Amino acid sequence: MKGSAIKYEKDNIDTDVILPGPYLKIHDYNELAKHAMEGLDRDFHKKVKPGDFIVAGRNFGCGSSREHAPIALSYSGIKAVVAVSFARIFYRNAVDGAFLLPIEVEEETYRDISDGDELELETAKNEIRNLTKNKTYRMKPFPDLIGKIIEAGGLFNYRP
Amino acid sequence: MNITEKILSRASGRERVAPDDVVFANVDKVMVHDVSGPGVIAVFEKLRKGGMKIDKLHDPQKVWVAEDHFVPAADKISAQNIVLLTQFARDFGITRHFKYGMGQYGICHTLSHEEAMVLPGEVYVGGDSHTNTTGALGAFAAGLGHTDVAYVLLNGKIWFKVPETLYFRLDGKLPGYVMAKDLILRIIGEIGTDGAAYKTMEFGGTGISGMSVEERLTLTNMTTEAGAKSGIIEPDQKIRDYLAQRGAATYREVHGDTDAQYAKIFEYDASELEPTVAKPFSPENVAPARELSSVPLDKAYIGSCTGAKLEDLRAAAGILRGRKVKIRTEVLPAAISIYRKAMEEGLIKIFMDAGAMVGPPTCGACCGAHMGVLAKDEVCISTTNRNFPGRMGHVDSKTYLASPLVAAASAVTGKITDPRDIK
Repeated sequence: MKGSAIKYEKDNIDTDVILPGPYLKIHDYNELAKHAMEGLDRDFHKKVKPGDFIVAGRNFGCGSSREHAPIALSYSGIKAVVAVSFARIFYRNAVDGAFLLPIEVEEETYRDISDGDELELETAKNEIRNLTKNKTYRMKPFPDLIGKIIEAGGLFNYRP
Repeated sequence: MNITEKILSRASGRERVAPDDVVFANVDKVMVHDVSGPGVIAVFEKLRKGGMKIDKLHDPQKVWVAEDHFVPAADKISAQNIVLLTQFARDFGITRHFKYGMGQYGICHTLSHEEAMVLPGEVYVGGDSHTNTTGALGAFAAGLGHTDVAYVLLNGKIWFKVPETLYFRLDGKLPGYVMAKDLILRIIGEIGTDGAAYKTMEFGGTGISGMSVEERLTLTNMTTEAGAKSGIIEPDQKIRDYLAQRGAATYREVHGDTDAQYAKIFEYDASELEPTVAKPFSPENVAPARELSSVPLDKAYIGSCTGAKLEDLRAAAGILRGRKVKIRTEVLPAAISIYRKAMEEGLIKIFMDAGAMVGPPTCGACCGAHMGVLAKDEVCISTTNRNFPGRMGHVDSKTYLASPLVAAASAVTGKITDPRDIK
């Protein structure tokens, strides 16, 4: 999995900015994608390319339970969010709905990645390679069940 | 085991569970509303396209439906969502559907306790992050997204990692003009918006047993703002009486063992608490109301699952009685049953005499969707639960979170006002 980093140097990026409240009535996934990150970055929709990663700080996706948030990011082309930590509902929505990978990294890794860096993710090795800076970082391994759900392609495909 | 661990062990058919165990828990009650319901319908459609046959739910008797976020219908899309939701309930034989304009309806979390939809000892999930609210009745209550709710509707169970529990003990009695809202804001200010991430927040102590059921619900409601999976309070006689008044008498209470373990214990002396406000743009950004007395306001909002229960309205009316509002003030009771009691007690007349607008139950303005959103640079004091950028309207508007007493006092002066200082 390879793409560019879209970095937000911010903790607590909440679902109200990832997908603002007025769009909660929309359930057309491609339409939602047009409003992704609108509360924080009005240019996001223009700059995001398929395969890109969002890189952010602590508690990404805090706030409401709206699945619209990972859906909007996913249908914008985001394949993974690399963050220091995630809020619980965003994390399980991303995994159970198979919308994107929530990748947890150490604080230093988040600090080291710059906006626009080319990243390559290899979850089998728990590795993120920064091709721009020629560095390799560790990602925190997925907990057992999470890894299995991701491998199955979402909760509905997982057999306990 | 503590109460949360005992509920989850019973629901997953295990003798014992401990924090970090992953369990599939049987779910007793499921709620969807006019945002998560259409979200679930979209998941069902996707599954059907993938070849899955979906013609019945695991148990429609366990499911109930609320119309709250976009009622009264804000536009054509939200009107259509209500039609979709109604058809969904009909197709799957869901009989408990609280419809806007047809008797009792209101904000889903308020209905969960007003209508005793959830009982002590149960596992309750809802397609809304503030599902935590209902934990004040002694249930395990957690919010989930559309895919997870769809999974519960079809399979009757869902995975949970058993959370660690943070225990918050309140001793003593809250001083005058101090409410549960002030305590929960103080706690979030201390532990931060991820201070309870993935954990349960349990409340206890003499300060909690002395607190009314509605006030307890304010505490569990805002555990979501600390990132908690759930909030919970052990049931007592007040809960039994509250539920009995609402026709619920048969349930299996769960209580923690005497040797229950907690990841951490926090202690508060009620007498030290004071009116507290969360400044923009985070519920953790708190300060004493008195320190903010120079902040001018454009609007006061008394509404939502957090701050428009009957006691919240009584508190606000106590301040507004015989006074006039200086800024735009909106009061939206959280459910029709509360609206009716407020009318019978004369609270609605007090609000109208003060010049405030009284509106129908809705989540509309709280989540910046409709029914009174904020303009650019407007400043609001609100009894709601979140104040992230753009939460209540324009991304450059500002929301201060406060108790109904602080919101009402501020409505009278036009600036943030500690209710103890109102003349």
